[in-house]
Amino acid sequence: MLARVHSAAVLGLQAYGVDVEVDVGGGLPAFAIVGLPDAAVQESKERVRAAIRNAGYEVPPRKITINLAPADVRKEGPAFDLPMAVGILAATAQLNGGHLDGTLLLGELSLDGRIRPVPGLLAIALAARERGQPALIVPERNAAEAALVEGIDVYPASTLAQVIGHLEGSAPIAPLRRPPPPAAEAPAGDVDFGEVRGQAHARRAMEIAAAGGHNVLLVGPPGSGKTMLARRLPTILPPLSWEEAIDVTRIYSVAGLLPGGSGPVRLRPFRSPHHTTSAAAMIGGGAGARPGEITLAHRGVLFLDELPEFHRDVLEALRQPLEDREVTVARAQLTVTFPAAFMLVGAMNPCPCGHHGDDGADCLCSPPQVARYLGRISGPLLDRFDLHVDVPRVSPADLTAPPVGEPSERIRARVCAAREHQRRRFAGTCACNALMTAKQMRRSCRLAEGPRAFLRTAIERLGLSARGYDRLLRVARTIADLEGAAEFGEAHLAEAMQYRVFDRSLRLSG
Amino acid sequence: MDHVQLGRIGEEAAVAHLEARGYRIVARNFRCPLGEIDLIAVDGRVTVFVEVKSRSTADFGKPFDAITLLKQHRLTRLATYYLKGKNLLNHPARFDAVSVAVTPDGRVERVELLVDAFPAG
Repeated sequence: MLARVHSAAVLGLQAYGVDVEVDVGGGLPAFAIVGLPDAAVQESKERVRAAIRNAGYEVPPRKITINLAPADVRKEGPAFDLPMAVGILAATAQLNGGHLDGTLLLGELSLDGRIRPVPGLLAIALAARERGQPALIVPERNAAEAALVEGIDVYPASTLAQVIGHLEGSAPIAPLRRPPPPAAEAPAGDVDFGEVRGQAHARRAMEIAAAGGHNVLLVGPPGSGKTMLARRLPTILPPLSWEEAIDVTRIYSVAGLLPGGSGPVRLRPFRSPHHTTSAAAMIGGGAGARPGEITLAHRGVLFLDELPEFHRDVLEALRQPLEDREVTVARAQLTVTFPAAFMLVGAMNPCPCGHHGDDGADCLCSPPQVARYLGRISGPLLDRFDLHVDVPRVSPADLTAPPVGEPSERIRARVCAAREHQRRRFAGTCACNALMTAKQMRRSCRLAEGPRAFLRTAIERLGLSARGYDRLLRVARTIADLEGAAEFGEAHLAEAMQYRVFDRSLRLSG
Repeated sequence: MDHVQLGRIGEEAAVAHLEARGYRIVARNFRCPLGEIDLIAVDGRVTVFVEVKSRSTADFGKPFDAITLLKQHRLTRLATYYLKGKNLLNHPARFDAVSVAVTPDGRVERVELLVDAFPAG
């Protein structure tokens, strides 16, 4: 007898349908799985066998052949356990397979017949809706993410016996109700900008970065609060919209990083990979093409502490995704595109000992050492940081004073207002100033005669490159947006210039 | 009692045990160029290949443990040979195992039947 059960698998962030075909025929008893299964799928045999027996059914001594179609894509992981078990029961007439059409099943089986969670359910639910599969039977532990998708019925099951009861109609499972999309509530993170002592200049820079979506490079001696500032950046970014939240949740679902039973991700991601991170871990890829750190930071912040310590190839690999806001990973077997719209925050010391330009301590490095250290950040990468921010040592007075900084909530309100100006100006064609096209820039960064002359002098004095000039205008535009000013003047440009310190110091030391 | 005698006593006990369970014995010590199968029986519509393990002491481990992977492969080849000859390849078949415990003086102590002892491999 032949039975066919619908299931699905994830490739990159996209799910595709997999048909689990089970044939139980004559001949010597055997159990074969075909259709490019990997080791975990091969091991399904033992789990399925035990789970069926422990659910009170039997695996007959017959020749069982299971095909995972399409047969030319490599199948990974234990998520086919449940469809295989149901297929065997249907093919041996222990289960009425009449309701199997239009139902998609997924789940890892434990030896006692319990169903364990599997990654990527949200992506699979989205694909099921597209393919017109009306029902989904999934592990109870992560059914909540599948239920985020409108228009399909999600049946949470925690044991094989429950699934059988549901399919037979003797004990139907109630479909999980879709949670209503919550209002754009303020994300209640466990950190707040109010905790930052001193560093008024750097705090202001973070606000500008958040308002315009600019990448930031923080430069300062050890212990000055660079990491602290970066950590708090997500708390002043606008809250995730519902669509963005689904986007992010899908990525975390595929990566298997969603805590069981949780709803959508509501806080903007903050990823802080260690500087020994490999290119594949950063960009994505590896066996099976998993999303990398830049994709996990999608719609959030990627923080690279000790920027010069990162492997050069890893840093250079960031350049293309920074421009394209997505990354395409090509391997011999497959090509996958991952979204990667993140804000990059880099932090570094100004020299190997960390005290170059520090008032409180002497720098022990020789000028060539400093130059070599700074040279590890390539010019093209440096160009992608719109703001270079000096984060000096915190003064003893600020350190001992109670933290009186503005709370994140108030800063976020201003950031949201500035983003709103940008949204209206670009009419939805571009999210923020950091992403303006040349044409949009010409239109939105018109200068009056006074500021134009001021800018000319400044460019000569600072020796700004064309790219530096471009960044300067973008940042000035954001500063004006924070004020709600339609035009921008000398004050905005002058402030923006302060965030190009690295252009100068590099020239001085190089 | 030597091991040939032990084997014969075990086999007799196995046959009696299987017949009592409704199996019909179709061949004993089926020999072919690939080797020998202890018993071939029919249980309902299923052809059953039976490996009999007789033991007079526990010194060599449990009887069923003696059906090693290598022996399973050998039995699979033998069974295929038999089924092919009878043109039964697409009919249900399985492997059972019987363990017979025999006392040193040749008395059958206990007979155990393991249905579907292992898959073809």
